[in-house]
Amino acid sequence: MTTKPAVLAEGLHKSYGKTHALRGLDLTVQAGTVLGVLGPNGAGKTTAVRILATLLTPDSGHAEVAGFDVVRQANKVRAAIGLAGQYAAVDEYLTGFENIEMVGRLYHVPRAACRRRADELLERFDLVEAGGRPVKTYSGGMRRRLDLAASLVVSPPVLFLDEPTTGLDPRSRLSMWEIISELVREGTTLLLTTQYLEEADQLADRIAVIDEGLVIAEGTADELKSKVGGDHLEIVVRKGGDLAAAARALRPHLCAEPDIVPELRRVGGPVPGGAALLPEVVRALDAAGVPLEDLSVRRPSLDDVFLALTGKKTSTDDVEKEAA
Amino acid sequence: MTTASVIAPAERAALTAGAGRHGKLYWALADAWVLCWRNIVQLPRMPELLVFSIIQPVMFVLLFRFVFGNAIQVPGGNYVNFLMAGIFVQTVAFGSVGTGIGLAEDLHKGIIDRFRSLPMARSAVLVGRTMSDIIRNGISVAAMLIVGLLVGFRPDNTWWAYLAAAGLLMLFSFAFSWISAVIGLSVKTVEAAQSGGFIWLFPLTFCSTAFVPLDQLPSWMQGFAEYQPVSVTVTAVRGLTMDYPVGNSAWLSLAWSIGILAVFVPFAVRRYRRAAAR
Ligand SMILES: Nc1ncnc2c1ncn2[C@@H]1O[C@H](COP(=O)(O)OP(=O)(O)OP(=O)(O)O)[C@@H](O)[C@H]1O
Ligand SMILES: [Mg+2]
Repeated sequence: MTTKPAVLAEGLHKSYGKTHALRGLDLTVQAGTVLGVLGPNGAGKTTAVRILATLLTPDSGHAEVAGFDVVRQANKVRAAIGLAGQYAAVDEYLTGFENIEMVGRLYHVPRAACRRRADELLERFDLVEAGGRPVKTYSGGMRRRLDLAASLVVSPPVLFLDEPTTGLDPRSRLSMWEIISELVREGTTLLLTTQYLEEADQLADRIAVIDEGLVIAEGTADELKSKVGGDHLEIVVRKGGDLAAAARALRPHLCAEPDIVPELRRVGGPVPGGAALLPEVVRALDAAGVPLEDLSVRRPSLDDVFLALTGKKTSTDDVEKEAA
Repeated sequence: MTTASVIAPAERAALTAGAGRHGKLYWALADAWVLCWRNIVQLPRMPELLVFSIIQPVMFVLLFRFVFGNAIQVPGGNYVNFLMAGIFVQTVAFGSVGTGIGLAEDLHKGIIDRFRSLPMARSAVLVGRTMSDIIRNGISVAAMLIVGLLVGFRPDNTWWAYLAAAGLLMLFSFAFSWISAVIGLSVKTVEAAQSGGFIWLFPLTFCSTAFVPLDQLPSWMQGFAEYQPVSVTVTAVRGLTMDYPVGNSAWLSLAWSIGILAVFVPFAVRRYRRAAAR
């Protein structure tokens, strides 16, 4: 049985003057699943979300959300979606409660039901105390949570979240993940953009990697990882140790040139054998006089996938630093 | 964080069941009303706006009543009775600048994305804003009336005439709000909406019969001053609140307001579409 996808984009093009933000983007999200859209700054993630949420019209191409055309049946699409954009779209002078109530009423929900929903959502998003204060007194993370709460007033069947956890502290990020997972369990179809591979890995059923306005890889996290091949060896050299010497010692054991990250004193690369070759590696490093702080063999992360596909680093390292 | 299952899509049908029960026009008005309510709720939380719409005209009342007024000869001899109609019209004209500022803020501060992603009537942002600005201007005029009464203003006419004066003022306020809306939707920043909104109002309110009788204006200015919208509205409101001749000024004011609306409503709608589409 094939059901119609909840989100379908075919050959979307969008230019801003000379900048080609989208150059023939194709995306599909099956109903009830999560698609993680992954891409570096300027890849076109926000542009794609804005087109699907009817905020922008594509220059060419075609998109359907919940079975409706985003250009010709925009209002039908709007009744079926929730959007939390990259920048919180909340009213500064209204309170959190009033913001949710207003959005509910604009979804044409009766006033009493809006107020009940506002109470529920404020509680769910840990904003009960702040709910009576004007939003201009909120922190950035509180605004984002309110923005997401507002987009859930009617429990829309299709949800677009543009970098929902950017700017959240680790604790808020975790609780945001929890809420998102719950929404998905309840049957919501979700398209989520992120720069954090870890996030896509956690939340998404399928991942589309986009760069410069095109999908450059698509599949489950495992499928993408297997594209990069086998296991990954990584060592961290103790302060003062010689990175170049470490790379020389590792080279014969890797299937590619070692990848050196001087700021993190890290050297690594793909290995053919897995954990079995650890003793050999340790002996080689020892012989080269490289003092070790850490050594590990792991399955490739999406970082490695991303690096392999785009030749660009991701921002996961920043997350690790933030979380530390 | 609690884990109350508050987000079950099963609830959705119940929540949005009402939406289909009414027609387009009903929802256009209902949506406009929601945004009008939002703008009104914001008012007391924006002290700077309060200063604009109340304190500034109060200063004008006091300044003209006690400083310049002594130097201006008016028919009937009582300057404050002559002045107040001018103050009322000036108050709503300057107050209409808030329409453009408010729209510019909506457009440039991100909330417009929320509105445009909701299944609400497209017209609601503009209609709600101009509706709430009539109410805001009404509050300012009421405040001016109280200040006027305190400094000696004694209206002298029938209640029907007062009602007609209030109606003309409201219509004038509504019309000027739409001009301001076009400015607010055309500029790139909120600051530009503010200065651009005021700049053209100064010649219009001061080269008028708001503060000085027509025959005391420079003769080259009189032709313009006699028939421009501020003057005819001032003359009409003055005649309807005091014992001054109304002549055809009430009809001229009505014609100006309707004419302005006929031009600037569609203009603003086009501007809004363009500005919000980005
Ligand atoms: N309003 C605009 N005017 C001009 N150029 C724009 C506009 N919006 C986006 N762009 C350009 O389009 C490209 C894609 O932008 P987009 O915002 O979709 O990227 P993104 O993937 O969301 O990036 P980020 O991770 O930084 O949010 C960028 O090169 C950007 O400079
Ligand atoms: Mg973006």
